Amino acid sequence: MRNIRLALLMIVLLGLGYPAAMTGLAQLLFPHQAKGSIIYEKGRAIGSELIGQSFQGDSYFHGRPSSIQYDASASGSPNYGPSSKEMMERMEKDAEQWLKKVPGKTKKDIPIDLITNSGSGLDPHISPAAALFQVPMVAKATGLSEQQLTRLVKQHIEGRAMGVFGEPRVNVVRLNMAVQKLVEERSKRNES
Amino acid sequence: MWHVFSQYTLIFLLLIVIAVPLGKYLYVAFFEKGKIDRFFSPIEAVIYRLSGIRSLEEMTWKSYCTALLIVNAALLGISYGLLRIQHYLPLNGAKVENMEPTLTFNTVVSFMTNTNLQHYSGESGLSILSQMLFVTMMMFTSAATGLTVATALIRALSKKGKTIGNFYQDFVRANVRVLLPLSVIVTILLVAFGVPQTFLARMAVSTLEGGTQTLALGPVASLESIKHLGTNGGGFFGANSSHPFENPHPFTNVIEMLSMWCIPAALPFTYGHAVKNRKQGWVLFATMFVLFVMMLGVVYNAEQSGNPLVGKSGFAADQGNMEGKEVRFGIPLSSLFTAITTAATTGSVNNMHDSLTPIGGLVPLALMMLNNVFGGDGVGFVNIMMYAMIAVFLSGLMVGRTPEFLGRKIEPKEMKLIVIALLLHPLIILAPSAIALMTHMGTEAISNPGFHGISQVVYEYTSSAANNGSGFEGLKDNTAFWNISTGVVMLLGRYVSIIAMLAVAGSLVGKQPVPETIGTFRTDTATFGVILFGTVFIIGALTFFPVLILGPVAEYLTIR
Repeated sequence: MRNIRLALLMIVLLGLGYPAAMTGLAQLLFPHQAKGSIIYEKGRAIGSELIGQSFQGDSYFHGRPSSIQYDASASGSPNYGPSSKEMMERMEKDAEQWLKKVPGKTKKDIPIDLITNSGSGLDPHISPAAALFQVPMVAKATGLSEQQLTRLVKQHIEGRAMGVFGEPRVNVVRLNMAVQKLVEERSKRNES
Repeated sequence: MWHVFSQYTLIFLLLIVIAVPLGKYLYVAFFEKGKIDRFFSPIEAVIYRLSGIRSLEEMTWKSYCTALLIVNAALLGISYGLLRIQHYLPLNGAKVENMEPTLTFNTVVSFMTNTNLQHYSGESGLSILSQMLFVTMMMFTSAATGLTVATALIRALSKKGKTIGNFYQDFVRANVRVLLPLSVIVTILLVAFGVPQTFLARMAVSTLEGGTQTLALGPVASLESIKHLGTNGGGFFGANSSHPFENPHPFTNVIEMLSMWCIPAALPFTYGHAVKNRKQGWVLFATMFVLFVMMLGVVYNAEQSGNPLVGKSGFAADQGNMEGKEVRFGIPLSSLFTAITTAATTGSVNNMHDSLTPIGGLVPLALMMLNNVFGGDGVGFVNIMMYAMIAVFLSGLMVGRTPEFLGRKIEPKEMKLIVIALLLHPLIILAPSAIALMTHMGTEAISNPGFHGISQVVYEYTSSAANNGSGFEGLKDNTAFWNISTGVVMLLGRYVSIIAMLAVAGSLVGKQPVPETIGTFRTDTATFGVILFGTVFIIGALTFFPVLILGPVAEYLTIR
């Protein structure tokens, strides 16, 4: 009997009390993070800065391949093994697309993160090389100059944390927001 | 190369800086009367009173073990009921259905045994309430159960008598004095770097390109902290710690790695304090650390060299094998996470182990097969002690003396119990793997055919037996066959060795200590460290080498 009472008590204390108290404290101390680091634009939620989005058009920088098309109500990868035929087929297909969109390059030039599925299928980042690789495509579609876009990419590179931990990377949603802003500013200038 | 070296060195230093004082803290929390006692005792008194525990007298190993099993059984039963009716309960914003019976069996066993093998996906399989009442709660109680076993064994080696402590006291202390305070600190740190903590289950946003995206949210941080501190490993989301909400930043990655590593790494030092010989603890720690660094070197090198097939197709494979990995972690932090999560038998993943290169995938498999390089909270320490006793026994045989460990004779009775626990581990990996590979029920689940398919099956049972919980997740394992067979393996892998080692503790505590002489084989020297290393390595290699050849090594040879 005391065993069952102890079990029930643990469920209430650790399963209810602890997460509830932590939620209260987190919402108080770090409300932005606790709610999912949501980005608002003109009062509208346009995404989370931590979660990647699917970009199809050439006027946007693309994220990494995602077998779940960045559906954030799920997560995961196709779990291809290193000897998987399907994985090699997907890589070849994606590479072909990229070489069409970015002329003058060979398979060897494609940054590897652009043709590999991330673990979560929601990776918000690409490597700086992968962003720079796409500059000609975005320049052509938006009419922005390659120098302008290269500068933009470089501004958006997050370095290693404290110069040591993790890898240099570019947040694709943040970068595309900046691209959008430049395009809007230009069309405003043209109108006036 | 420099950033890899500096990254790893810094994390190793941080581990030592945390583990040494934590080892002392664990000693004080469990074994000493003092300030900490005065602080926590009133809280614990309330828990004892509410649950009707009147006596905190020390127990024999048999009553200690019985209490452990009954409390675990009660938690299992209540949790089973909870998951079967979760659809009707509150806090179910995503309208999750009740869980199917064999999956529920697998899931509750998985969490109670500190395994956290997940045949469901967190986003669609569990309500927010289940994530809290069941998952978060089990993450505490299963880790606390593991810690009680280590405490009992350490107590048995540091005193003489018939009793090995009071289970309820150890269990409550593990939760109240160790896991809960640490979890609060880690939760707040994780939220600060971006891990969500909310009761909201879903949020819709309109994306930049004009589509809509539904974000799955929840009380993630409070689960994430104990998931690692308790060496549990079950993710809030299907993608586990590769999910940007579970592990958004290199800092959260470092925090999670140190969280799962610190308690297993601290216990040798706790033991050193308890037996009043701190060198004993350092020898154990150093032996495990050397094994760990070797394994880490192999996985890092394999992943950084990339997938040979990709290179042969004309891609720049020398950028490393990024399939299943996240850009923010890259190869170095992914490889390190893989090594720690399988050494400390946590089982959370920040990259997909199924997509590791063949030799890269061999490392997590090998670490779980050894099951004693740090290991899970409490049980990992118990496992390395088991190997230490085998090492003493082998050395004793070689010089023709009765082997002693800390002045206690290791005799046939203890060796029989240890050998049962030792042999069961390969048996419950290899036998079910063979059955699965011979039947359709098993082979139909394989998603990557060929040699990799063998690895998938062996990995699933190794992970279950070692109570790790990671997987080669391509395996389609949510079927009655896999749910029940891995469930049984998890139960055996957990409780047989716990019972055996509590029996060893009960037997050792009653022995008349032998005075130390000049001929005593010392267990606090580098020599003993080398012998222990050899014992672990040789027993592991003899047992598992053949199956590693059939899976990862054969795959490596076909694609190199």
